[in-house]
This record gives sequence, C-alpha cells and structure tokens, in this order.
Amino acid sequence: MKSKVLVITSGKGGVGKTTTTANLGTALAMLGKKVVMLDTDIGLRNLDVVMGLENRIVFDIVDVVNGNCKIKQALIKDKRFEGLCLLPAAQTKDKTAVTPHQMKNLTNELRKEFDFILVDCPAGIEQGFKNAISGADDAVVVATPEISSVRDADRIIGLLEAAGLSNSKLIINRMRSKMVKRGDMMDIDDILDILSINLLGVVPEDEAIVVSTNRGEPAVLETTSRAGEAYRRIARRITGEDLPIDSQEDSINLVDRFKRILKLAR
Amino acid sequence: MLELISRIFGKETSSSKDIARERLRLVLVHDRSTVSPEIINLLRDDLIQVIQKYMDIDMEGLLVNIEGESNSVALIANIPIKGLKRAPAI
Repeated sequence: MKSKVLVITSGKGGVGKTTTTANLGTALAMLGKKVVMLDTDIGLRNLDVVMGLENRIVFDIVDVVNGNCKIKQALIKDKRFEGLCLLPAAQTKDKTAVTPHQMKNLTNELRKEFDFILVDCPAGIEQGFKNAISGADDAVVVATPEISSVRDADRIIGLLEAAGLSNSKLIINRMRSKMVKRGDMMDIDDILDILSINLLGVVPEDEAIVVSTNRGEPAVLETTSRAGEAYRRIARRITGEDLPIDSQEDSINLVDRFKRILKLAR
Repeated sequence: MLELISRIFGKETSSSKDIARERLRLVLVHDRSTVSPEIINLLRDDLIQVIQKYMDIDMEGLLVNIEGESNSVALIANIPIKGLKRAPAI
C-alpha cells in the first residue's frame, strides 16, 4: 500500500486538532495500519500528553531535522499498539527551528516505514502552518460549528488550495445535536454550504474526551464513547471504506418524530 | 415555559443559527475578496496606462482599493484629474 501524509489543521486554536490526530492515529493503528503522528507545534507540544507518552521523550523533531539523532531514536512507540509511533515537537525552540524543505524530507523518509503519517498542525497561518503542510498529500480541516471556527476554516481551505492541496476534507467537531435541533447551532448542511468542501465526518461533543485526555488514553479505546465511535468510523473512511456519515442521536430523533406527529394533528 | 410550548409546536422565532449563518456569509464575502497588494499594484499600473490616454491624471493622489461595505464589495479608485486631453493619444 502506498503511504499517505495527512495534515490535520484548522486555523483557529482549540477546536480539536490534537485530539483528532491522537484519535485518528490510534484508530488507524487499531485497524492494523502502521501509523506515525508528528507533532509540529514546536514550543507548545501537546500530542505527547494527549497520547499519555510524555514520560518517554528523549529526542524531538528538531533533533531529527538537525541530525542530532536518527529518526528511529526519536520515534516513541505507543504502549498499546505495535504499529503506532509519535514524533514529538521540541518544547524549547520556536517554529523557525524547522523549514518546509526539512519537513518534506522528513515525511518522505517516514513514508518508507509507515502507511499513514498524521501531521498535527499548530494553530495560525504562519511558519508553523507552512511547515506542517509542506510534506502533505491531503489535508483534514477540523472545525467546530461556531462562526469563528468556520470563518478560519474558510481561510485555511483557501491557503491549502494555494499550496496545491485542493482535496481537503472536513471534520466537524463538538457537534451538539440538541442545540442543532433547537436551531441554536449551525448544522452539517449550513457549514458544508458555506465552505464547499467534502465532509469526512462529524464528531459529537462528548465529556468522555475530557476524561480520556485526563488519563492520556485516546477516546477511540473507549467502546462507550460516542466521540470515540465517530473517530473510529472516520478512520475507516480514511482507509477507503464507504461508510455513511453517522446519524445523530436516536433520542433526539424520537423527539423529532413526536413533534411531527403533533404538527400533523393540528 | 411559553417558549418551550411554542418550540414543541414548531413556532420558532428567528433562531440564533440563522443569525450566525447570515453573519458568516457576509464576513466571508469580505474575507474572500482580499486581493494581494501585488495584484492591486498591477491593476493600478494598468489603470493609469488606460486613463492616461484620455486624461492628465495626478499620479501622487491616485488611490486604488478594495473596500467591503456591510453586504457588498467594491473596487474603489480615486483618480484626481489635472486636465483633459483634446484628442486621445493613441
């Protein structure tokens, strides 16, 4: 199988790029794929703590591109899955410590070993963003159903297109179906209309994400987590499976049906 | 409570998501119209060439800009004229 470099980006911070990277990486590994996750948020690394691997870091991405160590030495093997690795960001440097050219070489080197290379992009549209996208085949844009996030996603999609990444796909994160039904949150179609981009999946708001992050165990490992389930489905879609986008909560649909009956009765 | 009842019967007042969608639509019209300064400069030079065929213009006072109003975007060019030419210099 030809390996694929996917950059997970959003423009706006705090919408769930790192959570998405950790969960998709883990879910792809659960499907038997060889996966490496790259944290490119130099100076503000977090993918290590979300994955629960922060105590194992010896070398980082800056050490690798500067030739201070071999790639193999810097890769941290996940404690749960054989085929899953993390290349952590440096914490004491800044975004200029890596160049787009170096990133491209690094991802090309990793292609030899892995099926999927997931690049966790920092927030913003400056150097860190340019580095993160430079080796990517495709981009996954994460947005929440909020005006500020969708606006930034639109900007990012434009910048990705300008950089030759015109096949970006969207993950709508932290969707709250109750608010959507109430008319107080933009729904999937509203967002897709505005952004004109293909949808990769919808992840519901889920407290299990906070709990799993507290523990350093991605939510996809939790069978009861709805967000985890959504990420597992997205991972299957990434591997080429044709899965329909998850329908919203069943209890809500019941209320909806009840509403319809009432309307008919009037 | 009244709100809840009216909601159950589907008589919603303008929902906040419609407001969000409309505001987003407008702000993106403006965002997407951003043209790089280089393009504006090229446009400016071309405009000067064309207009100079017919008029003497004040190059110093010339302004070309993209401006966004609340719901539309316009190319605004302010070109002070020093004098008209009798015959177009072709």
